Amino acid sequence: MDHLTLFFEAAFIQNLALTFFLGMCMFLAVSKRMDTALGFGLAVFVVQTVTVPVNHLIHQHLLRSGALAWAGLSEVDLSFLGLITYVGVIAAMVQVMEMVLERYAPALARSFGIFLPLLTVNCAILGGSLFMVQRDYSFSQSVVYGAGSGFGWAIAIALLAGVRERLKYADPPAGLRGLGLTFIVVGLISLAFMAFPGIRTG
Amino acid sequence: MKNEAAKALLHPLIDDNPVTVQILGVCSALAVTKSLSTALVMCVALTSVLILASTTISIIRRHIAHNVRLIVQITIIASLVIVVDQLMMAFAYGMSKQLSVFVGLIVTNCIVLGRAETFAMNNRPGLSALDGLGNGVGYSLVLITVGTVRELAGSGTLLGVVVLPLTADGGWFVPMQLMLLPPSAFFIIGLLIWAIRSWRAEQVEVPEYRVARAEEPPGSTQQWTI
Repeated sequence: MDHLTLFFEAAFIQNLALTFFLGMCMFLAVSKRMDTALGFGLAVFVVQTVTVPVNHLIHQHLLRSGALAWAGLSEVDLSFLGLITYVGVIAAMVQVMEMVLERYAPALARSFGIFLPLLTVNCAILGGSLFMVQRDYSFSQSVVYGAGSGFGWAIAIALLAGVRERLKYADPPAGLRGLGLTFIVVGLISLAFMAFPGIRTG
Repeated sequence: MKNEAAKALLHPLIDDNPVTVQILGVCSALAVTKSLSTALVMCVALTSVLILASTTISIIRRHIAHNVRLIVQITIIASLVIVVDQLMMAFAYGMSKQLSVFVGLIVTNCIVLGRAETFAMNNRPGLSALDGLGNGVGYSLVLITVGTVRELAGSGTLLGVVVLPLTADGGWFVPMQLMLLPPSAFFIIGLLIWAIRSWRAEQVEVPEYRVARAEEPPGSTQQWTI
């Protein structure tokens, strides 16, 4: 599959937030205002682009069945350690990114604020790595997939924030106010995204 | 004492439901509900991880240094999830394939970490286990409701058994394709929240803005609270 197709597929057709429901907690919690939503979307995009390829390297060279052949342990299969390793890598990468940003781009680091550490427990990030392993991407594909899926997530949260900013002035039934209405709006956005698979075949 | 235990167990069912009130663990609640069987397996997996994680963390809560507690909690949870994942691959491979990455994603399920952080770190192991069970069941209630609606309306079956005979097989029921698509899960949970909040009015969110009525002259009341 060529990389441009993979990028668009990861961003739109298999949008992590709207078709796989990943990172929903943050998706619903942070989408009240456009500026925070954009900041958070950007953070997801950056972290996703970095962690998916890094986890790919770790999976290919350390964990995969037979990956330790270079150390003379060709029968060892550590893939059951995948989960705990990926979480560790994500936490470490987020920490490193935070330090690098504070050193070289303090303004950007401040704008990310609390969001960067929160990304460790965002399932979109872990989900991206797990999908990468499950679908057996090559290294370059994993870079593209990470970027594409992060980009798609950022677009989705920006769209939702745009709608929610307007909804503040709406007057819905009391029980639907806030969370209930947000769910239905996400459903509608997700329904719109269902039209994207047509692009591939058309 | 007994009251405390009953509260830990029963409070999370509706009054403080992890999905509809605290908005935790929504990801998997939406993703695995296309059929009731996957939803049930997910409920069992999450509830067992939740009980074990809460109990374990509660037992060692006095030995966890405050500044590394998140790492310790995540490590414990991830280890438990790996055990569940491996067990499922060994004994229910087909189901494990259907759930794909979502078993692994229990690690980042906010319910587990949330209960560990807010409850298990401050309470006795027995009580924490009950709290884990209560939250697991509260989560399961939502998943089972959504799963039942989606499977029944989307394919006319429940747990794979035909309940509503489809027109394709000579019956009368035309399945709703929408129910098999991801958006339907959002709609159902949205409507479920609406239903619960109509019943339990105290859960209704306070509006950030109030819409002034048209006949009032602007500035006469303090209804705009920006």
